[in-house]
Amino acid sequence: MAEDEKVSRRDFLLYAMGGWAAIGVGATLYAMYKTWEPLPEVKAQATVKFKLSEVQPGELRVVAWRGKPVFILRKTPDMVSCPDRTIEKEFTVVVGICTHLGCIPNWEADKKIWHCPCHGGEYDACGRNIFGPPPKPLAIPPFKIEGDYIVLGEVGPEYQRLMKG
Amino acid sequence: MKFIDWLDERLAIRQLMKVMLLEYYVPKNINFLWSFGVLIMLVLIILIVSGIFLLMYYKPDANLAFDSVNKTIMMDVEFGWLFRHVHAVGASIMFLVLFIHMGRGIYYGSFKPPRELVWLTGYFLFILMAATAFTGYLLPWGQMSYWAAQTITTLFEKIPVIGPDLVIWIRGNYIVADATLTRFFALHVVFLPLLLIFVTVVHLYAVRIVGSNNEDGIEIPKEEKKKKGIPFWPVFMSKEFFVMSVFLIFFFWLVFYKFDFAMDPINFTPANYLQTPPHIYPEWYFLAFYEVLRGFFFSQNLGLIAFVLSMLLPMFLPWIDKSPIKSGNHRPLFKIAFWIFVLDFIFLTVLGKLPPTGLYGWLGFVGSLVFFAFFIALPIISRIERKELERGGNKQ
Repeated sequence: MAEDEKVSRRDFLLYAMGGWAAIGVGATLYAMYKTWEPLPEVKAQATVKFKLSEVQPGELRVVAWRGKPVFILRKTPDMVSCPDRTIEKEFTVVVGICTHLGCIPNWEADKKIWHCPCHGGEYDACGRNIFGPPPKPLAIPPFKIEGDYIVLGEVGPEYQRLMKG
Repeated sequence: MKFIDWLDERLAIRQLMKVMLLEYYVPKNINFLWSFGVLIMLVLIILIVSGIFLLMYYKPDANLAFDSVNKTIMMDVEFGWLFRHVHAVGASIMFLVLFIHMGRGIYYGSFKPPRELVWLTGYFLFILMAATAFTGYLLPWGQMSYWAAQTITTLFEKIPVIGPDLVIWIRGNYIVADATLTRFFALHVVFLPLLLIFVTVVHLYAVRIVGSNNEDGIEIPKEEKKKKGIPFWPVFMSKEFFVMSVFLIFFFWLVFYKFDFAMDPINFTPANYLQTPPHIYPEWYFLAFYEVLRGFFFSQNLGLIAFVLSMLLPMFLPWIDKSPIKSGNHRPLFKIAFWIFVLDFIFLTVLGKLPPTGLYGWLGFVGSLVFFAFFIALPIISRIERKELERGGNKQ
């Protein structure tokens, strides 16, 4: 029959209804998905701007970024050097969360190390693990240098260079 | 006209009772392990009722949650402590009765045809119950609540490509925060219980169609059901009431005297996102799976894959174990494998609470391998049994 080739009125209604319903379900799921995204006020904290020159040589500042402490240490010449982990020639910028079990290490200025109170892990002034259970160095957060400022949470060319090196 | 007749005319209540209870026959050759299904229903009801009462004072807000539980409910609300302890102990005991119920199913081959859907819906219920327990554990907003949620949500980070964004999406923040608490609350009190009840109905419906398995795993023909079985109501349930009574004595002994086991001391410190407790561990019922996660201590990715597999593999039992013999009572090789599996599960549970260092690390690895060995052994055992049957020997 010639009519076999054509879409019958019933088929048409079925596809139209099915398609319309699929669009409705899709839109609903998308809206549901979007409700779970971080709120604007949370997203606003995704990046933190910090003036590096504020830090005195030998001083450690702790900046809260995405609910995590970020250590910003302006190193002095007597501290260990590590060009592959140093930002703007003299700064160590690391996420202050022990890579062992997530505790927050303390800076011991006299020994120039971070010491983790939980299991005794130690990191040097570059954030590299030098003693105890930590399996790897403290993480370097994504950052971007904007003149005198460091922007945490944005990926800049300096960060990419560090990650490659 | 009596009220029941009036109802029957409108809802066919007599027919319903017949199908569901009066003419639903349970085999005679079953043991007390078959009473755990009803016990699960009992615990579920206890959890729902105690949960509703906790809901009346609980505040799902990061600033208020901890005090609403530990001050308002525990100190100010009359008998608030009772409902909290009943709810916490109930959650714990739910997994005990679930494990026994599932272990019974595995041993007696209750997952085999024609009961695949009973097993699948049941396993889905187990996963849902795990999700309910996990989301509920965050609500008191103590240190253990917080860091358990933080750790488990971090696991999703390892999923290729979408992982890191997925974690932020699940949490609604870069860390577990107020948004996470409120959505876990919504899942715990509305979405998951609704789904649980719906799937339970399907599970019970499926059992009504295929009937209970029995100790020998030999199906009773339809026409013999009445002769070889007992009606679910009132005969089976009258025995069940005895089991329920004994169970409730045990349950309330736990609630009144041993509630501590369900109340981790670390969780009485409010959640602090800047300080991790030195030793994080899940509740006892997740420890075995947690140990599989840690067991592959030399590779985080491998551990994660093993963890997911350990949670999902049992679901496929009807297709992993295709031996024509159903009941473990008549399967000598399977019996050995099964008890090794049970002991290994207990071993992993014990190990899960110990620090994963040195010897414990290696023991965890071996224990994890034994866990998977069970699922590798099953197809082999099935083949041996099939061959033996074909040779005509050793029937039953």
